[in-house]
Amino acid sequence: MTTLDTTTPVAVPPKPAFKVDWVRLAPFLYTVGLFVIWEIGVRISGLPHTILPTPTRVFEAIIQYWSPIWKNSLQTLYTTVLGFMIAVVAGLGIGLFIGWSRTIYAGLYPIMVGFNAIPKVALVPILVIWFGIGTVPAVLTAFLISFFPIVVNVATGLATIEPETEDVLRALGAKKMDIMLKVGIPRSMPYFFGSLKVAITLAFVGSVVSETVASNSGLGNMMASAQSNFNVPLVFAGLLMLAVEGIAMYALMAWVEKRMTGWAHRSTMAN
Amino acid sequence: MASPLVSIENVDMRYGGPTGTLAVSGLNLKINRGEFVAVVGPSGCGKSTLMKLTTGLHIPQTGAVIVANQQVTKPVSIVGMAFQNPTMLPWRTTLENILLPLEIVERHRHRLRSHKAEYVAKAEKLLETVGLKGFGEKFPWQLSGGMQQRANLCRALIHEPELLMLDEPFGALDAFTREELWCVIRDLHASQDVTIVLVTHDLRESVFLADKVVVMSARPGRVISEHVVPFERPRQLELLYEPAFNEMVQKLHGEIATARAAA
Repeated sequence: MTTLDTTTPVAVPPKPAFKVDWVRLAPFLYTVGLFVIWEIGVRISGLPHTILPTPTRVFEAIIQYWSPIWKNSLQTLYTTVLGFMIAVVAGLGIGLFIGWSRTIYAGLYPIMVGFNAIPKVALVPILVIWFGIGTVPAVLTAFLISFFPIVVNVATGLATIEPETEDVLRALGAKKMDIMLKVGIPRSMPYFFGSLKVAITLAFVGSVVSETVASNSGLGNMMASAQSNFNVPLVFAGLLMLAVEGIAMYALMAWVEKRMTGWAHRSTMAN
Repeated sequence: MASPLVSIENVDMRYGGPTGTLAVSGLNLKINRGEFVAVVGPSGCGKSTLMKLTTGLHIPQTGAVIVANQQVTKPVSIVGMAFQNPTMLPWRTTLENILLPLEIVERHRHRLRSHKAEYVAKAEKLLETVGLKGFGEKFPWQLSGGMQQRANLCRALIHEPELLMLDEPFGALDAFTREELWCVIRDLHASQDVTIVLVTHDLRESVFLADKVVVMSARPGRVISEHVVPFERPRQLELLYEPAFNEMVQKLHGEIATARAAA
């Protein structure tokens, strides 16, 4: 998508010799700052590694156990992304279905809310009974936890079509299908892509919860067994890897959102 | 004279079931082919209902609405509509927005792909008539409010409707832009074979543009009087400052004030 640069050109000011862009640097500086405070805090208080390890100890653990960490990180990423992709397809489908008519919306919405209120960790044992332990329940838990925000957002986008737009098209003889294809679906896309950012982080929660209670692989399982061995630095190493994966996927979704619906950032859609 | 293009006969329209609000009652109105009719009245007098009845978006409980010799039972596709809110779709360029009705109207939708160039040329011609030449590739949010409203008019006209319904299209614009667009509408009506119904709050606008001004009463709305506008066409903006013009505006104003007080 091309964005038009509408700023008027001004005379180029003389280039300063060196200028630090603090806003761009801020995320890195703050992250480093957090680790430094953590390190100093632990050292001063003298907490043992088995309660709260220092960041240096955690990084040591990452290097020391790199092979299992790498393998389990990939497994978690795999279950999360697979569950998330099913959630995208199902969420888009159900969202369009719910947004299609007021009656379906009214009928299914309370059911969806009730379903969403169920803690997904409580569903893992049921999934284990059905599918056994391992990859399948992790994928399904990631799916179940992340599809709700997608459904709600797509349905909202469809339900908030301006009545005037609908009138203009209906007066021309447009069928419900025409209005959905020409207006409803493109209109709900910013909501949809916006919800992906929320959904992907939730998907990580789902897969790790499931791996923790019912799997032989994945970061959740790795952390659970490390914890039972009092290998606390490895537990923190797992948490750190999860954070890294989460940030990476979030950034990817934010980028996709911007690419696909650039127009929504420039227009005032809700008026 | 041939039968009128639009004929509304003794129409009652009630919203929200048998105990709901009666929006219009005993409404009678005839609009001839090629005529420019302005509908004015106190707010809440059912002007928008009149629009929806004529376009077939609402079907009246009693009475009949006849458009082009056919009783209206479903949306009639010979109309174009434009509202105060231009409702341009932000993900389409202005040109694509204008072509939208062609993707809907039965007569055009199957021809659109194979005759694309012809339709695009037509849209560009329309853009030129309203003074938007070369803006087709811009997105609506890159246009000013007045320009969006011009594009909105193009969209309402692209499928060559016999009847153009305008619901306060200039309400949100500043006075100068509004006067400019009055002239655009005036010229469109003069150059094309189209019947126009303009719903408005602005009495000067109604007198300047219309052949006939229809005054409606407060809710439940009905027509209380019709005034033929005597000024000759083509009308220039100078007309706005002539005594006869202001006299007519004042007379209409008085009638609406009485209708408001009666409510």
